[in-house]
Amino acid sequence: MAASDRIRRFFRTEQGIGMLLVSPTALYALLLLAVPLIAIFVISFWTQTGVRDFDTAFTLANYKEALTDPLYRQLMLRSLMVSGLVTLITVVLAFPIAYFVSFGVKPEHKSLWIFLITIPFWTSYLIRVFLWKVILGYNGVLNSGLKLVGLIDEPLSFILYNVNAVIITLAHAYAPFAILPIFVALEKIDRSLLEASRDLGESRTMTFLRVTLPLAAPGVVAAVLIVFIPTIGDYVTPRLVGGPGGLMIANMIQTQFLRLNNAPLGATLAVLAMLIVAVIAVAFLLLGNRAAGGKKGARK
Amino acid sequence: MTADKPLISLQNVNKHYGDYHALRSINLDIKQGEFFSLLGPSGCGKTTLLRTIAGFEDYDTGAVMISDRDMRGVPANKRPTNMVFQSYAIFPHLSVIENVAFGLRKSKMSKTDKMLAAEAALEMVGLKGYGHRAAHALSGGQRQRVALARALVLKPKVLLLDEPLSALDRKMREQMQVELIKLQREVGITFILVTHDQEEALVMSDRIAVMFEGEIAQCDDPEILYRKPNSKRVADFIGVMNFLPATVRKEGETYLATIAGLGETEITEAQCPGGVPLQNDNGGEATVGFRPETLTLLYEGQTATHREAPAVVDEVVYYGDMTYYDVRFEGVEKPVRISMRNIFGRDVLGVGTQVRVSWSPGALVVFDQSA
Amino acid sequence: MKSLKTYAVLYLIFLYAPIFLLPLFAFNSSTIIAFPLESFTTEWFTQLLTLSEMHGALLNSLKIAVTSAVLATTLGIFAAMAVSRYSFPGQKGIMGFIMLPLVLPEIIVAVSLLIVILRMGFDTGAWSVIAGHTLICTPFAIAILQSAFAALDPSLEEAAYDLGETPASTFRLVTLPLVMPGIISALLISFTISMDEFIIAFFLTGAEPTLPVYLFSMLRFPKLLPAVMALGTILVVLSILLITIAEFFRRRGAKRTGNDTGGFL
Repeated sequence: MAASDRIRRFFRTEQGIGMLLVSPTALYALLLLAVPLIAIFVISFWTQTGVRDFDTAFTLANYKEALTDPLYRQLMLRSLMVSGLVTLITVVLAFPIAYFVSFGVKPEHKSLWIFLITIPFWTSYLIRVFLWKVILGYNGVLNSGLKLVGLIDEPLSFILYNVNAVIITLAHAYAPFAILPIFVALEKIDRSLLEASRDLGESRTMTFLRVTLPLAAPGVVAAVLIVFIPTIGDYVTPRLVGGPGGLMIANMIQTQFLRLNNAPLGATLAVLAMLIVAVIAVAFLLLGNRAAGGKKGARK
Repeated sequence: MTADKPLISLQNVNKHYGDYHALRSINLDIKQGEFFSLLGPSGCGKTTLLRTIAGFEDYDTGAVMISDRDMRGVPANKRPTNMVFQSYAIFPHLSVIENVAFGLRKSKMSKTDKMLAAEAALEMVGLKGYGHRAAHALSGGQRQRVALARALVLKPKVLLLDEPLSALDRKMREQMQVELIKLQREVGITFILVTHDQEEALVMSDRIAVMFEGEIAQCDDPEILYRKPNSKRVADFIGVMNFLPATVRKEGETYLATIAGLGETEITEAQCPGGVPLQNDNGGEATVGFRPETLTLLYEGQTATHREAPAVVDEVVYYGDMTYYDVRFEGVEKPVRISMRNIFGRDVLGVGTQVRVSWSPGALVVFDQSA
Repeated sequence: MKSLKTYAVLYLIFLYAPIFLLPLFAFNSSTIIAFPLESFTTEWFTQLLTLSEMHGALLNSLKIAVTSAVLATTLGIFAAMAVSRYSFPGQKGIMGFIMLPLVLPEIIVAVSLLIVILRMGFDTGAWSVIAGHTLICTPFAIAILQSAFAALDPSLEEAAYDLGETPASTFRLVTLPLVMPGIISALLISFTISMDEFIIAFFLTGAEPTLPVYLFSMLRFPKLLPAVMALGTILVVLSILLITIAEFFRRRGAKRTGNDTGGFL
């Protein structure tokens, strides 16, 4: 009686109502995200024996295979390299845009700019990727354009069906993801800080380096993670524009699951990919914190 | 309702937020038709107390009675109180008239009567003809009036006002203060105002409860609060009060105070709102307080009405109609503030001038040294 | 700033280049997707009308997108209300987990759901795509709704309650109308995401493909590519239309509650 009374009273408090309200959504995420993620982890230690049958005895054989087979290792390394390069390119290209919209655009036009930047993101991903194939192809827009202008005689072949094409296409697809967090961080900077720096004798460039850039760092960190993590698992881009030499780990995961019917090995590759990404992300966060933390004092 | 029965009675109300004791044994009676203020610095619990009366906050122990009815378990929407919020809380999706008529939705009045009542309330707050404007197009002062009309149209027994003037600029605020007093007299409803502005509280209220750290430090009418604060803390919060250290001793039936820089004088028990500060039979340490306007600088040829003491001008702050002088009495490090009305043809004195200061023993308030 | 502006304009051109190319090829009479362009035609759009398989996929996608949008927005309302009004133990962790699909590669969501569904002996179908889409749309809905709820002054609800309304009628008369623009915006965004999503649908769709899955299969037939361009043009125009409407509602909501912060999401 006392216990149920206490429970009833708890659900009338701030905390109780909050818990009650968030529970449907949390429960959904628990059932459709946590449970499947745990399942995939568990299955990575099993062995496939039939179409839907598994030998549930614990084994590390999948991990051994995933880590020693040069094919898997190559795919994993390539995925990491592509993700890393795409992240670098998008963030470096995005920063000036975010800076321009935050500092160079009239306040009433800012949301329009941001809106224009985000629109392509909302259009069909599949179509966008396919269009890059059209642009970069042997008889594509770029080659025929360059030939028309007379810059080249033979079509360039190094831009489609390889890693370069994958990187260009992904850098295009993830651009808004990099711009938004940097823009938000720049917007939060109190403009009088910049005036204070100028007032204290710093030049524009030094003000940018000593004030703007450190204060925008959290946005850059967010941009890096928000681009790096999902790109490593991209399936469509390598499939459509990568050719055999541009395939990435997600393509192999799909192959294992849907073609080779080896779910445990597919699961192992998925777990490993996530694990590597998580380790890199955490290491990056720690490094970023250490670089910024020494000077910053109390963090929000 | 009989005249001596309080409309609102708070009996030993206590509230905790976790370990934090937000309201400490609050006892308070508020009469029908009073303009009552809860005054204190931010975080003193005045808003919590107001929201407790409104029914938005629960309390741990004690009782909140309105018209002799225990309000425990009665939710805000069932209480005979209405609130004017600090942010005014004007519904942005409704017009002015819809805002004012919002609380009438469930009343049994006809639609026409509801509209008439809302129009009348708008007229009362000086917004006749504003009914069909969009709420978000109003100025701060107008929002304030709509919030008042919206609450008053329901004819509550008590109107609760949570820092209603703090968002307005100075001129508007002073104008609204006068209007609120007039309005309260007109409708005769009990107003409870929460404010951190002591001047506002003094100007508007019949009675004021000064709160610190969840406790009511003193509850009196404005004049008593100003003249006879019962502690240094209250004295310091309301207006400007000078403090000087003193010793108090008893000789026969009279009490004598020796004040730093001013010398010895007789004091009465009435001058000690917190009791005569005698730690033992022989005497005790005390602090005396006096308001800047109870002191006067004596010019050439003037004589003191009561007592006088020599001093040096330390700082001069010129306000146009007034001049504040900070002066130092002989042998006292701490300056004392004196306010003087500027009279045409009389010079403002410079820093370093030797002056005589007239003071009257009857204007002193004597506090325990610690309080 | 001037050179930055030039850069920004070039960058926008880079962002929009593929989209601008779409209608060029969609209305081009050549069956090969390459320059130079031949003559204007609407043939490929009429060809779309004959692809009955595509119509099935479109219907399937619409059904999935509407259901996912409603579910995700409903779940989003609960979570957004919880975080913007109340603080509760473990809030950061719980919300972080709910928002996780925002960064999690979709293929991970897809294969992990697939494995659980198959393991439990169910067959995949529209329902499993809905389940997956609801999961990935919910974080977007929360992001939009959270700012809508945060912009809502809590004393507005207290005022309604103080004026005699019950919690339920307060929600109906004050909360709902004020966050409605946010809700509409969340619905439209979720709908758009679900309509466009490929990977999860590819893994979980079963026998009836969604529109993107069908489109993906079309890409293998060069003969069908002009029709793909036509379909893509329609999809892109519709997406931009929906997103613009969503932005319109979101901003109207922000204006009403008195704080237009500008940015999108």
